[in-house]
Amino acid sequence: MKIYDVCIIGGGPSGLCAAQRCAEAGLNTLLLDRSPSLGGQLIKQTHKFFGSKEHYAKFRGIEIAKLLQDKLTSFENLTILTETTVVGIYEDFVITTLHHNQYKKVQAKAILCAVGASEKFLAFENNDLPQIIGAGALQTLVNQTHVVPGETMVMIGSGNIGLIVSYQMMQAGMKVKAIIEANDGIGGYKVHASKLRRLGVPIHTKSTIKRAIGTDKLDAVEIIQLDEHYQEIPNTSQIIPTDVLCISVGLSPLHQLTSMLNAKSAYIQELGGWVPLLDETYQCSVPGLFACGDMVGIEEASSAMMEGHLAALHVCAYLKQSHPQAAELIPYYENQLYELRNGVHGSKTLKGILKRKEAMNAQ
Amino acid sequence: MRRLSSHPILDISSQPTITFTFEDTILEGVEGDSIASALIANGIVSFSTSIKKHRPRGFYCAIGNCASCEMNVDGVSHVRTCITPLKAGMMVKREER
Ligand SMILES: Cc1cc2nc3c(=O)[nH]c(=O)nc-3n(C[C@H](O)[C@H](O)[C@H](O)COP(=O)(O)OP(=O)(O)OC[C@H]3O[C@@H](n4cnc5c(N)ncnc54)[C@H](O)[C@@H]3O)c2cc1C
Ligand code: FES
Repeated sequence: MKIYDVCIIGGGPSGLCAAQRCAEAGLNTLLLDRSPSLGGQLIKQTHKFFGSKEHYAKFRGIEIAKLLQDKLTSFENLTILTETTVVGIYEDFVITTLHHNQYKKVQAKAILCAVGASEKFLAFENNDLPQIIGAGALQTLVNQTHVVPGETMVMIGSGNIGLIVSYQMMQAGMKVKAIIEANDGIGGYKVHASKLRRLGVPIHTKSTIKRAIGTDKLDAVEIIQLDEHYQEIPNTSQIIPTDVLCISVGLSPLHQLTSMLNAKSAYIQELGGWVPLLDETYQCSVPGLFACGDMVGIEEASSAMMEGHLAALHVCAYLKQSHPQAAELIPYYENQLYELRNGVHGSKTLKGILKRKEAMNAQ
Repeated sequence: MRRLSSHPILDISSQPTITFTFEDTILEGVEGDSIASALIANGIVSFSTSIKKHRPRGFYCAIGNCASCEMNVDGVSHVRTCITPLKAGMMVKREER
């Protein structure tokens, strides 16, 4: 069994930045990702990113993924394995992986998890019919493999992801028949919503999906209006024929891997659900196990990258092989995170992080 | 179902075709396809059936997380077709229930 200094699980923006720092510090580093290509959520984003200038705002996600990977090409002490799913982590930091139907084991002195998040689901009648697709999945299908699964779609959820994915599907030639939102107002940024409205996409607030209609696959959806207590208003339903129903009702952190080692976790609504608890060095309650990015709180790519850099710098220190520039880099990224989270959209995250800290200290 | 032939941002260059078998039919996909995307491009959206009620299941998460797309590929059961690249000559089947 091969033994590495550090195994980074997940090659999204957070894991890619972490790999760069660990490799720079000379650690024998292993980076694993279950998908065929690195970049995580970035590789399906065709829009220009929001976020901080230092972290590639105004670049498209697909370009950022490339830029981050380019920084990893020169290291001999970095091994990258794709199509490799981590299925188990044990107390002695043995990691079992599944690659092309083969189980393998590796061991590491420290583990950094950066596995991101999975999409939330919604309960309604017939919600399992084919052609009901998660927002991230629809992006992968259209933007990465260039296959368009139908001519028309209805989107549930008007957060930024719902709005951005609706627009991206229009760029691929689909007709967005409606965007459905249970709340009174639109969840995402106004710029995105206005763009869609100008293109004639109706956004129904205070509405929800009642059921999907179809036998072998989706044919139509029934939507209905909601009152201020989120109760259905009788006789307000309408049926919309559609090829695809896209669900975008938020993400929840993938905390399962750290939970395998009984790392302490807590349900923190502001961070998207169950998250591992962390100390100020991104270390979980299990020594040597670290976590960063969307899996410790749903945020954005810029913060996932900053956290990746920081967590990696702390991993290096934990393994007593400090990064040569740690003294400058740690305050630099901490300051950037501080500025990002103290901006207009950061208050919820800050509240969540405070709760996560309190829960850790209470343990 | 269709493949993009042009896009305002993405560079859509035509890719070499790959042939594979689904159940008893020979189908075409392209280089860069996942098994799932190749099936959808061919109009096949029902990939598996639920265990008890045999309800059809399709493409849902595309990150290998939900099991909705699992199929039998080259005799190996429960392959997540959404994260498995398509290769020439693959034999893809729905799981027998
Ligand atoms: C539609 C959409 C639009 C967005 N727009 C923006 C934007 O404009 N600006 C912005 O800053 N952010 C944006 N984001 C958010 C941003 O993409 C995420 O916050 C960011 O990608 C999180 O990075 P991450 O590295 O933590 O996780 P991810 O990017 O999710 O990467 C996690 C990686 O871990 C791998 N993995 C998971 N489980 C395993 C396992 N068991 N074994 C091996 N590998 C595993 C996955 O394959 C994946 O590659 C957007 C997100 C979406 C969905
Ligand atoms: S679609 Fe969810 S595992 Fe493939």
